[in-house]
Order: sequence, then C-alpha cells, then structure tokens
Amino acid sequence: MAELRFHNLTLGYERHPAVHHLSGTVASGALLAVVGPNGAGKSTLFKGVVGAIKPLAGAIERIGLDADDIAYLPQVADIDRTFPIDVYDMVAMGLLPAKGLFGGFTGKDHHRIEAAIATVGLTGFEERAIGTLSGGQMQRMLFARLLLQDARLVVLDEPFAAIDERTAADLLMLVWRWHSEGRTVLAALHDIDLVRANFPETLLLAREPVAWGATPSVLTPDNLAKARLMCEAFDDSAAACAIRQVA
Amino acid sequence: MMLAQFLLEPFHDPAMRRALAAVLALALSAGPIGVFLMLRRMSLIGDAMSHAILPGVAIGFLAAGLNVYGMTLGGLVAGLVIALAAGAISRATALQEDASLAVFLLLSLALGVVIVTLKGMDIEQLMTFLFGETSARMSGDKLFVIAVSSTVSLLALALIYRPLVLGSVDPGFLRSVSCTDGVAHLIFLALLVLNLVSGFHALGTLLGVGIIIIPAGIARFWTRDLSKMIALAVIGALISGYAGLLFAFHAGIPSGPAVTLAAGLLYIGSVVFGPVGGLIWRAFPGRHLEA
Repeated sequence: MAELRFHNLTLGYERHPAVHHLSGTVASGALLAVVGPNGAGKSTLFKGVVGAIKPLAGAIERIGLDADDIAYLPQVADIDRTFPIDVYDMVAMGLLPAKGLFGGFTGKDHHRIEAAIATVGLTGFEERAIGTLSGGQMQRMLFARLLLQDARLVVLDEPFAAIDERTAADLLMLVWRWHSEGRTVLAALHDIDLVRANFPETLLLAREPVAWGATPSVLTPDNLAKARLMCEAFDDSAAACAIRQVA
Repeated sequence: MMLAQFLLEPFHDPAMRRALAAVLALALSAGPIGVFLMLRRMSLIGDAMSHAILPGVAIGFLAAGLNVYGMTLGGLVAGLVIALAAGAISRATALQEDASLAVFLLLSLALGVVIVTLKGMDIEQLMTFLFGETSARMSGDKLFVIAVSSTVSLLALALIYRPLVLGSVDPGFLRSVSCTDGVAHLIFLALLVLNLVSGFHALGTLLGVGIIIIPAGIARFWTRDLSKMIALAVIGALISGYAGLLFAFHAGIPSGPAVTLAAGLLYIGSVVFGPVGGLIWRAFPGRHLEA
C-alpha cells in the first residue's frame, strides 16, 4: 500500500495559499500526471506530499508510507555543483536511508550502485566530478539515485524540463518501470502530448483542482482553457478565504 | 650541518617541542574543518567567529587569571553563544547572517580588549593574547587542551561525516531522507569553536583561524577529490605549522603571524602553480583534446 488521501487540502506560504481545497485519493500503484500553468501550485503540492511544508488547512493522509518510502526529485535541486564529489558517490547517497550514517557498503551494494548507473546510461562516468556533467547527465544521475532509494512513492517535479528528447525518453522508461513494479508515481509535467501518451491518470491544477481522473477526460480543450483563466484571474489582494472549513 | 641545526635546534627547548606538538595536533583537525568551512562557503564566518571568542577568553581571564582551562571554557561558551545568536538573529530579523556576524565581530573584539585591559593586562601580555607567544613557546597545559580538542574533533567529524558531506552538496536531498542535517551543522559549528579556541592557544585570537582557513584554500588548487583535498589541507597545515614555528623562533616574533605567513606562502605558490584553476594552468591550458 502506498496511498495518498487529500482532505480539503490548502497549501501555501506565509498565509498565501498556492493550492486550494484539494480533495481526492491517489491510489496505490497510480501513475499520475499533475498538469497546470506556471504558478498553478504543482511544486507546492509536491512539497506538501513529501512533507517539506505543512498544510495551511486540511490534511494529507499518507497510508502505508514512512518517510523512507518517499523519493522526491525537486524541480531545481539545490545541488552545489562545484562540490568535489563524483557521480558514483552521488548515486550511492540513494542508499543512505537503507544504510544509515555508519553502515558500510557490501559487495552487493556496490553492484546495485553500478547497476543503477548502468540503467541510466552513465557507465564510464563514475569518477567524473558532478560539476563536469551536462544538464541531461545530471538528471540521469539523479534518476539513478532515485532508483537506489527503492521507494514506494516516487514524486517527480518537472523531471523532463530542459533536457533533450532522447534523455527524456530514456528516463520515461524508468518511470514506466516503476509503474510496472507497482510503485506510486506522481509527476508534474508541461508536455501535454507526453502526458496523453504515457500517463493513465491526470490532475489538472490551477491553484484549485480543475479536473482529476482518466487522462482523456481531464485534458479536454475546455478544461485546459479554464485552467489558464483561473491562474490569470488569481487576485493577490484577496481577503481571507471565505469558504468555511468543515470541522 | 648548518641546515640541520637551523631546522632542529629550536626544538631542543622543551617549550618549543610542546609548541611543535601542539601545532601538529591542531593541523590534523584544522585541515578537515577548514575544508568543510570552505565548501560550505563559511570561511568568512569562521574568521568572524574567531574574534567572537575573545570576550569569552577575556572573561575567563577576568575570573581565573592566566589559567588555560578558565580561558578555554570562557572561549568555548562565548563562541557557541555567538554562533547560535548570529544564526538566530539573522533568522528572526531582516539582517543577513554575514552582516550580523560582522557586527558581532567588531563588538566582540572591542569588548574583549576592554575587559583584559581593565583587568590590568599589560601591552606585552595583550600582544601575546592577540597574536600568540613570542618565539612560540608553549606550556604543558595548553598542549593538553589542544591535544584533547584535536582528538575530539577528529572523532566527531568521523561521526557526522556523511550528513556533513551531503548537507554541503545537496541539502535538500539530505533533508528529504534524514533529519540529521541540523544536528550535523550544529556539531560542526561546535567543532569550529573548539578549534578556534585551540588556535587561540597556539597562535593568538586574531590569527588562530589562519591555520584552519588557509590550508583548505591551498588544497583546493591541487585536487577535485574531497578525500585528497582533506589530506592535502592537513599536509599544508602541518608544513605551515612547522615552518612557522622555525620562523617565529629564529626571528623572535609571535607564533600567529609566523605560521599565518608560512601558510600564506604555500597559498601563493598554489595560486600560481596549482593544476586546478591555478594561474599558470589557466594562462597555458594546453591544446584541447581531440573530440
């Protein structure tokens, strides 16, 4: 089980909500795309899901999920690319939840690290400093680390932004692999065609949920137009939210 | 024979032997601490903190006179309080952490000098306080404090090594898989204070931080690998310490500036000759490789 339930969830920063009144369930094993214009609250929702920010109101229920069961790829990882560390060690960090602060690496662990590096196509780059990688190689490395985390819920915030088609296609194969292994996967995406072709379920978000369900029924021209309008019409000087919380 | 005499003769004196042992012990922990300070972009914060311990040391002096343990305790308490206060003030107010540290630096230095002078410390003592013992002689008590501090630092660094590295390179990831980020940072700050107090005993309050910060800067010009960087920083600190003590002894100057200048020479050499971003390698990068 790796189920997420949102109960009238509102998330935001310093009282300013970015996601409003979201209710619904992400079923265990779902492959869910979260789509919406910039500023629609996709990243905020994901930060809430992984527990990096607390809800302003409502609640997120994580059923059958401990902190170790969630792997998170932030949109802009705050990685210090000048830090003297190589690809191998960076990928090996994915084992930190399993190994703890002092656990030694066994031969089997080294095999797993090498296998993860091979899976993302970075074999031969093990000893390269991370500062020498291109954007696409960096993303491949972070996916290798996600692989090692072996988490039941994988949360990807715009994983294919600013990388070329071939890298995106390779990484999409990994997303499919996670899905076939029964893991729950959430991904924020902008490429509507890619979502239509690969993601069975979609949440269209524009601060408030516009539609949530089977991808073809969600990504209709009407819904997409509505999402754009809702974001543009957002009033920054609004009074405190008038909709009452259900006690 | 002349050379051997020049290199070894100073250490016939037990006080000089103690100074050498102390500086070498300090180098072992100062190397890695300095590397992490640099990689976490905290070198200037380390510098500011070194002045922050002065009023604590001065209060220790006020309470217990020239007692090594009293001054050590005072310095540790003051350093920890200032480290936490600067962090808290920058979080609670609009002032940036570096700005609030700069203010603390100035106030601490002024306060420290006022306290020790009011207590009746003469100028010669004050110079020792600020810049280290002339000709670098050292008491057994100071050596003991430095040895304990280095041992504790190395053990603690080994314990927090993983979160410290991870928290430097990818703090977001560390926070998402572990709650050790904050604890590791606090322990690291405590170790910094501990080594600053050691540095004060060996080299004076104003320049004690030199043997922590400069060797890390040296190492950065020679390698892109973290373990090698730490090893090189330790070697740089050891050489600076030994060469600095020789300089202090033969020239009859305080240990602080002598060791700092020795490290400075190595640093300038590294800036010029170092293969990782050094001037010569930049000016003559060689032909590019075939694609």
